[in-house]
Amino acid sequence: MKKIKCECGHVNPEGTVLCEACGKPIEGNQHIDGNKKDSLLNMRYEGSARRSQTYNRNIVDKVWNFFSSVKVGVWLIIITLVASSLGTIFPQEMYIPPGSDPATFYEDQYGLAGKIYYQLGFHNLYSTVWFMLMIALIGVSLVICSIDRVVPLHRALKKQKPKRHHTFLKRQRVFGETNGQADVEAFKTKLRKQRYKVWDEDGHILAEKGRFSRWGPYVNHIGLIIFLLGALLRFLPSMYIDDFVWVREGETAVVPSTDGQYYVKNEDFILENYDPDKDERFQEALMNQNAPVASNYQTNAVIYERTNNDVVGAEPELEEIQKKEIVVNKPAKFDGFALYQSSYQLDEFSAMSFTLHETDDESAVLGEFTVDLTDPEMEYELDSGARVVIDEYFPEYYMDENQPRSKSKFPKNPAFVFYVYPPDGGDPEVSFAGIGMNIDPTNENQYKLSLAGYDTRDVTGLAVKKDYTLPFMAVGGLIFMIGVVQGMYWNHRRIWLQPREDGVWIAGHTNKNWYGLKKDIEKSIDQTGIDIPEDQQQLKG
Amino acid sequence: MDKKKKKQRRMIFRTLTLAVLVGLVIFAIIGNLSQDDAVVAEGEQAPNFELEQFGTEGERKSLDDFKGKGVMLNFWATYCKPCEEEMPYMQELYPKYKEKGVEIVGVNLDSTKLVVNRFIDKYELTFTNLHDKNGQVMDQYGISPIPSTFFIDENGEIVDKVIGPLTLEKLEEHLKEIQPEA
Repeated sequence: MKKIKCECGHVNPEGTVLCEACGKPIEGNQHIDGNKKDSLLNMRYEGSARRSQTYNRNIVDKVWNFFSSVKVGVWLIIITLVASSLGTIFPQEMYIPPGSDPATFYEDQYGLAGKIYYQLGFHNLYSTVWFMLMIALIGVSLVICSIDRVVPLHRALKKQKPKRHHTFLKRQRVFGETNGQADVEAFKTKLRKQRYKVWDEDGHILAEKGRFSRWGPYVNHIGLIIFLLGALLRFLPSMYIDDFVWVREGETAVVPSTDGQYYVKNEDFILENYDPDKDERFQEALMNQNAPVASNYQTNAVIYERTNNDVVGAEPELEEIQKKEIVVNKPAKFDGFALYQSSYQLDEFSAMSFTLHETDDESAVLGEFTVDLTDPEMEYELDSGARVVIDEYFPEYYMDENQPRSKSKFPKNPAFVFYVYPPDGGDPEVSFAGIGMNIDPTNENQYKLSLAGYDTRDVTGLAVKKDYTLPFMAVGGLIFMIGVVQGMYWNHRRIWLQPREDGVWIAGHTNKNWYGLKKDIEKSIDQTGIDIPEDQQQLKG
Repeated sequence: MDKKKKKQRRMIFRTLTLAVLVGLVIFAIIGNLSQDDAVVAEGEQAPNFELEQFGTEGERKSLDDFKGKGVMLNFWATYCKPCEEEMPYMQELYPKYKEKGVEIVGVNLDSTKLVVNRFIDKYELTFTNLHDKNGQVMDQYGISPIPSTFFIDENGEIVDKVIGPLTLEKLEEHLKEIQPEA
């Protein structure tokens, strides 16, 4: 490894563009920052040695240098952006009709393009390995780029000397020559008044303020990395859980993702609407709506903890640990878990009552019975001695190729095939009864079953959440913002003054807000005999 | 000497940084893949459970009760059409393989006993059927579509997992696989 010794005596690492101490352009390295003779100097990273292409000795260096390139980083981001936009061409897997198989759905719907889309994993982009790899590579690039730049930048700013090479001053954007006497002491005092730090080395002056602003981007990156780490932690079930459970009124269900440790009972689900007559404030808005507007979704829940540790499926012994009225944004919390109100279904049937009477005479009643839809009995004996046997029960009845079937186990549209045994013990009659229908297949039935009433219950949908990654997100986000503010609202301003035989040279540099820098210079040279420097870029333009 | 040390230190720093980053990337990808995976996979021990058996007065059976036998564990429901279609095949092969030390255990996911009892009567099922009323075992085994079938050998290890219905031939092939050696 060759070090580069500058004429000022400072030894610079290889790849340095501008001497760390005096700022003299190092010959042979000017192409790195695209500096041309006589043009303004590129002050990026202070012209320090970044990514050192010469250390390409082994695989580690090669990998390191690959990720150290900002060009590579930008390309990674572009590829990820393009992939993300391609992922919006067809719907993502979670939005295709429920029950359809993605393996065939995309090809059926969109032809060859759909097939390729599916095979490349665009249908579930955020969980596709190569997409995750891209995000991961961006993370790696971010870390290595930052390390490879912040270290040399810090070094260069620490090593800088007030005594600069004359070409360094001459090739700054703000530069001016003064012939004649200058009151340097007054200049220094005025700089200090503007909260500049001033160094003096044999009459060579460096005034600097806001160096802290240069660390903004790196602070910002640290925040981003902490944020990414937080996102990574979401893969650990001990850190993050996002699940869902339906609970019917009166039922106790196991809370998923808790290994059967916790149970939740839905004692009551309440849906309340705004009443336009009661609340005048919203009257007009409510009148404009066709449907009622909900004011409250609430589950009166009881949380239980299992106290025995039996095998799965065994009856749990439960101990009540909490009673809670769960409303939107007010979850029930226990042991790191939170149950949020997130969905509901109203009026699922829970019981149906039937009256048995003579077909021709509704007043000739033979008895009444109620079927508990969660646990129907096989047979109901009536007061008159008649018996009704449930032959078949369809919780969610529909006709499938002329055969009655059930779509699910939930009593959303219950229907029954009843065998009615008359009181005198004759042959049974068949009746098919459900909501809004009562079919006598033979048309010769002497007895008829009529729906006398029904009970319904609501179902609440609770989201099960556990999230210990939020503190990471919050801290990462905060540091990110601090970095942004640090880099945006402060400017790193430097002013150099160099004594010449027939007067002084003055030069200035800032990373942003040149107007502010020029103002600072104007104030500090006031009545010192130093001429106002020119903006060399503006002159050229 | 100093230069050499510096180079060495940089090498160690770079290697460690890269190792940490690669580790995190691998963690993320494996974490993501295992989320898609079933909770219970082939090659693993079938987790034990205990459920009420149909056709009994509240008698409970556990998977451990079948230790030493090959077990075909079939998750099904009456409202699931493909489940219904494979039931006759299972019943057809059951007596033959029962003698060879293979048990068929159905785990039913319906909510009402009446419906299941009528179904069992209709197809004259004689193999063990258990009632997973609250879906606990379904959750334990990470089942989403039904029918899903696990073939478990006499040592309790899951040999095969089949999602979707089985034909008679396929079913027999799988049953042969878990037949304990005499």
